[in-house]
Amino acid sequence: MEIQCEIDGKSNNFEMEIWHLRRKEGLEIIVCVKHVPETAEAEIKIAPTGKTIEKTGLVFDINEWDDYALEEAVRIKEKFGGMVTAITVGLEDADSTLRKCLARGAEKAIRLTDPKFEGSDSYAIAKILHNAIKGLPFGLILTGALAGDDGYTMVGPILAEMLGIPHATMVKKIEVGDGVAKINRELEGGLEEKVEVKMPAVLSIQTGINEPRYVSIMGIRKAMQKEIKVLRLADIGLSESEVGETGSWIKIEKMFVPPVEKQAEFIKGTPEEAATKIAEILKSRGLI
Amino acid sequence: MAEIFVLAEHRRGQIRDITFEMLTKGKELAEKTNTDLTAILLGKDVKEHAKTLSEYAKKVSVVEDTRLKNFNSEAYQKVLSHLINERKPLLTMIGHTSFGVDLAPSLAAALKLPLATDCIDLEFESETLAVTRQMYGGKVNVKATVRKSESYIASVRQAAFEAQKPAVNGEITEVVSPLLQEITEKRFIEYVLPPPGGVDITAAEVLVGVGRGIKDESNMPIVEELAKTIGGVLACSRPIVDKGWLPTDRQVGSSGKTVKPKLYIALGISGAFQHVLGMKNSDLIIAINKDPNAPIFNFSDYGIVDDLFKIAPALKDKIQELKG
Repeated sequence: MEIQCEIDGKSNNFEMEIWHLRRKEGLEIIVCVKHVPETAEAEIKIAPTGKTIEKTGLVFDINEWDDYALEEAVRIKEKFGGMVTAITVGLEDADSTLRKCLARGAEKAIRLTDPKFEGSDSYAIAKILHNAIKGLPFGLILTGALAGDDGYTMVGPILAEMLGIPHATMVKKIEVGDGVAKINRELEGGLEEKVEVKMPAVLSIQTGINEPRYVSIMGIRKAMQKEIKVLRLADIGLSESEVGETGSWIKIEKMFVPPVEKQAEFIKGTPEEAATKIAEILKSRGLI
Repeated sequence: MAEIFVLAEHRRGQIRDITFEMLTKGKELAEKTNTDLTAILLGKDVKEHAKTLSEYAKKVSVVEDTRLKNFNSEAYQKVLSHLINERKPLLTMIGHTSFGVDLAPSLAAALKLPLATDCIDLEFESETLAVTRQMYGGKVNVKATVRKSESYIASVRQAAFEAQKPAVNGEITEVVSPLLQEITEKRFIEYVLPPPGGVDITAAEVLVGVGRGIKDESNMPIVEELAKTIGGVLACSRPIVDKGWLPTDRQVGSSGKTVKPKLYIALGISGAFQHVLGMKNSDLIIAINKDPNAPIFNFSDYGIVDDLFKIAPALKDKIQELKG
């Protein structure tokens, strides 16, 4: 193990110079998105393998946090000019999430797909994204603060570390300035902190930062005609051992139903019957 | 002797609860692995904090530097990298908090050490770290193993462990700040406090909490009327504030308020940990959700598996009837 800060310090200066040259032509923004099942309102079951959930019957869409990240990227682009590229690691069905990004204002879309990516945790995903992104121009990279499926909360800052650029997570407000961005980060209990990061930077977006726009029919039509660039393992210069389960930090051994802290007593019957029962409970406790 | 590091989290002069929760779990792990528990304290003028921590950990390592006065992931990462490289702790525990999520992943990537995030339990199985964490908004738990390493990093969920104060008189050691250069990439400017005024949901005796299940802003009157009839105040989970349907001061949970009313009615709230953290100590919790496996039922006194659009109006009518 070595301390890498000095090395990173130098590479940052070099990247900053390049970045200033690029900045004159608007801001290139890359948004990392993930195609995930919507589970907040769905009943989910553990698959027979005991290592994942049953995916059949679930609706897949853009990860909620990424949805806000994409919207933020499009808003920054609309203000400063430039280009938004949406990028994902996923299977072919992730194209629907990329098309959504294109319809909502992204100019380009890249899908990283390879059977060898199967079993990748967020660390391996960050490596894949890093190798795909490092040759591209960018002034900002936005990601969701976390993914609603695995909740690792780490792709953004790891990607930043690999690129040798600063990051901020839990971002609730972005003010792009000259070579820097002023960021409001969400802390606990309603508190925020204002920080300044040098650009280019990776910003992990918290939900609620904006109001994602609806997609127009025009937008969808146009998005269907755009190309989605597909890259495989061989195209991004990573070895097989760096991705998938072998390239990951975390290996899921077993999935199970969370233990119960205080099991609710279920009230059954028609809505009227249930409402009557609750009203009685409230009355008996002096709450009505 | 090998060590287990716990990074003390403090803000605006206060050590945060997560620190003591991690120190409690850290002590247990240190005993099982025959290692020393060390609290790592980074800051400026933090002698009092060091003293407090010495009551929880065998060793306290303090790094004081003006550049560490406020949390800054860049400065923290440099100092922690130095300490971890030098002392190779078996495990470094960091809170899975706003500070922790800004620090742990890039620290782990820089050191090329494996990281497990948002852990609700940790154990060593023949020198390999195994963790329990949640997925899909707390609807399932997973047991996972972390890639074998001489040194691990884990971020720990808030309130996953109950803090206990052991009888320890730890040794405080001051470590010379390893920061050689100025911190240039990231700069702390200020704390931004929530706007004053608004509704104080922490003072309410009855709260009607609404979540994602309400589906559309146009449905909000359904829960507003119930709250009004029952004499309670309307509160909500995060998605409702994110969508702008209620202001921030109504949000219950780790990023909002912690409440302890006499009655909390959760309508269409699935019960993600962040929300539960803010309301689970309410005297009486009644949850209405159409998913029978929604985690909220694991924290409630009474549950109704049904559509909130049927239950809320029926309950409103029934209460009105009883009130006469």
